Amino acid sequence: MLDQALTDFPPRRRERLAATKNALKRILRDPLGAIGLTLVVLAVVSAVFAGVLTNYDPNRISPMVRFAPASLQHLLGTDHLGRDLFARMLFGGRIALSVAVGATAGSLIMGMVLGLIAGYGPRWLDNILLLIFDGAKSFPTVMLALTLVTLSGPSLLAVVFVVVLVSVPGYARIIRTQTLVMRSAEHVIAARSMGASTGRILRVHILPNIVGPILILASMDVPSVVAIEAGLSFLGLGVRPPTASWGTILNDGFSNIRDSYWILIAGGLPIVLTTLGFTFLGETLRDVFDVRLRERS
Amino acid sequence: MTPEMFRYTLKRLWLGVIIVSLAMMMLFAMIYLIPGDPASVALGPRATPAMVEALRARMGLDQPIWMQFVHFYGSALRGDLGTEVLSGRPVLTVVMEQLPFTLALIGGGISWSVLLGIPLGCMAAVKRGGFVDRVVGVLSVAVIAVPSFVVAIYSLLIFAVALEWLPAIGAGEPGNLSSQLEHLILPSLAVGIGWVGYIARMVRASMLETLEASHIRTARAFGLTDRRITYSYALRIAILPTVTVLGIGIGQMLSSAVFAEIVFARPGIGKLVYEAISVRNYPIVTGALLVTTILFVFINVLADVVIGVLDSRVRSSFN
Repeated sequence: MLDQALTDFPPRRRERLAATKNALKRILRDPLGAIGLTLVVLAVVSAVFAGVLTNYDPNRISPMVRFAPASLQHLLGTDHLGRDLFARMLFGGRIALSVAVGATAGSLIMGMVLGLIAGYGPRWLDNILLLIFDGAKSFPTVMLALTLVTLSGPSLLAVVFVVVLVSVPGYARIIRTQTLVMRSAEHVIAARSMGASTGRILRVHILPNIVGPILILASMDVPSVVAIEAGLSFLGLGVRPPTASWGTILNDGFSNIRDSYWILIAGGLPIVLTTLGFTFLGETLRDVFDVRLRERS
Repeated sequence: MTPEMFRYTLKRLWLGVIIVSLAMMMLFAMIYLIPGDPASVALGPRATPAMVEALRARMGLDQPIWMQFVHFYGSALRGDLGTEVLSGRPVLTVVMEQLPFTLALIGGGISWSVLLGIPLGCMAAVKRGGFVDRVVGVLSVAVIAVPSFVVAIYSLLIFAVALEWLPAIGAGEPGNLSSQLEHLILPSLAVGIGWVGYIARMVRASMLETLEASHIRTARAFGLTDRRITYSYALRIAILPTVTVLGIGIGQMLSSAVFAEIVFARPGIGKLVYEAISVRNYPIVTGALLVTTILFVFINVLADVVIGVLDSRVRSSFN
């Protein structure tokens, strides 16, 4: 392609490694970033290695040890059915993180496509899309979620769909604004004059320049995705029992709130730590890498 | 009201109407596209095909889709959101009965967030980079991050179950204001605490900007005290962005209120919908969604108008 010269020369592997190292150092220098990164790594590792970290089956019922407090045998105690809460917490993390990753990736992709269309396409299409974004954003999130789940029946897919529906407008709007800025940037005009196709301009000349800040925003949105999944599961409208999710554990704890508080700890503590971790990390990433986003808060 | 202000208000209202119609169209599309038939959902798995058919005819589901939409839209305009399946009462009446409880809860949430958020934001801005600023910074990020229903459950556990300082369930005796307020403290804290963080951050940021302004410098040159400058000169301007954000905040607090109502077993829209779901009382669910959406959109319109009154720059940028 003629416009090849306009794209950045791809950095060599060693340079890229050095850049990553440097970035990591800058994140860790901020105490908030260090805490955030630690918590996020902890959440991911405990979800991935859930099977290795515990010998208990998260759904195995043992009536002999109902409401056992925390001990060396049961690190976080057991619930009203004698299930090991530590195991349930670990496996619940798998649900939370996979919903977070799946839903965030889905919303990012859809938001990018719609945002690029709105920003680069014809004016009338832009106006229609903007109205649709506003319309979709005008529903109160939880009420919309409850309605959709009532209509479709409780499932993880419904949860993911709700998250995508409520977060796409936000991403699409930001991508649109950035695309509008980029579309009259000199290198894009140059590429167009050399005859690059629209697809190539979007893919090679625009997208790489706007994707960084969006990824940071996405990492800051993980907590709200975790909250929606856990919240719906808490109401019995997300993951179905007996599957362990932080929300269903909280529900078990809430039903037995006068008997034991450790069920609530096993369900709530991971939610608190994960949401804090991603938020702290996202804030630090934003401060370190992106000046433009700073005004948004 | 100046003509300019009037035009601006009309324009915002008109945009609100368009957005609500659009949202209704989306709601209709979702009901239509989601697999599962509203009539069989409402009747449950044990209904015979004949029963489903009869209810479908009564709900108008056997008509062509465009007819259904016109019907849906037209009756919503007349305030008819359908009738409840079980009792036969109009949905709008049932929803409106519960709305005041939810609004009281949101009002409580706003009070918490404004009463704590504004002073914290000011304190952080005045001693920028100091100890208070850092603590407020970390705390506001933390309360924004943690989901409100977790806060609700934990505050119930700590203050109502373990310490028994405050009542755990219900909205208090009808007519007894102090009992009602007592029942409002914990749920409204859960609803508002995230916004304490948002408002503290916003006030801090806009306060820092305002403190640089020339009239503040003049006030300082005249020898006014820092306290006087911050709270009676700078705050008046620094508070403007908070008003717009509160409009969005009310929408988000509505989401938190749903959980708070369920956790604290309070009457309100959230509890109404939650109970409607378990008995598949489907018109209540969509009706409540519609009412809250309209409420949310027009609160945002109101916030825009208020900010337009307060700040002429916004007005002209919109025209």
